[in-house]
Amino acid sequence: MVELLYFAWLRERIGVPREQVESTAATVADLVEELKTRDPRYAAAFADLSAVRVALDQDLSDFSAPLAGVREVAFFPPMTGG
Amino acid sequence: MRIAVQEAAFDPSAELAGFGQGRADVGAVVSFTGLVRDDTGQMQALEIEHYPGMTERAIAALVEQAITRWALADAVVIHRYGRLEIGAPIMMVATAARHRQAAFEAAEFLMDYLKSRAPFWKKEITATGAAWVEAKESDEAALSRW
Repeated sequence: MVELLYFAWLRERIGVPREQVESTAATVADLVEELKTRDPRYAAAFADLSAVRVALDQDLSDFSAPLAGVREVAFFPPMTGG
Repeated sequence: MRIAVQEAAFDPSAELAGFGQGRADVGAVVSFTGLVRDDTGQMQALEIEHYPGMTERAIAALVEQAITRWALADAVVIHRYGRLEIGAPIMMVATAARHRQAAFEAAEFLMDYLKSRAPFWKKEITATGAAWVEAKESDEAALSRW
């Protein structure tokens, strides 16, 4: 079981701020592919991955990173703080 | 060191009262305050979303880096989230160092990294709708100088 979090327009497009999913995906990219086949909302949110950033257990990471042992995966657009 | 991620408004001058003072090894204090600006004349407010938990961790890591690299005596980062009115302080950075160059550079480093490495997302609210603020290429490019 992994906890997925979505922020900003990804949250709006997917329609929930967080959810728990069962997944056997080996990497973040695999997880995204899995989600895209589940529902058109995910396909829309993840259509352009160059506009999506990912954090694993609250540390910035990338789509090729392995998911073994990861509890929390967050997807969000490029940050606009400051 | 003080890091605050908060919904409540803050008073930059109150935060600076006494900051870096009363010690022998500080000769320079630099502070920056960011305010909500309306570039279009259409904005009613700014809404800031963040990632509770990661935000504090990411900022703490940046502040630790700045303290080590510029031998800062002290540092403050305050960043708000939620609904902010135009003209209100969004965030502030303050640094205290032995000399002014270190204090200025560390403050700029923190500002550059807070813009694109701290998990905040801004949304501009207007009378006709709302739009997420897009990250700028120049913000990403600004990191390369560090």
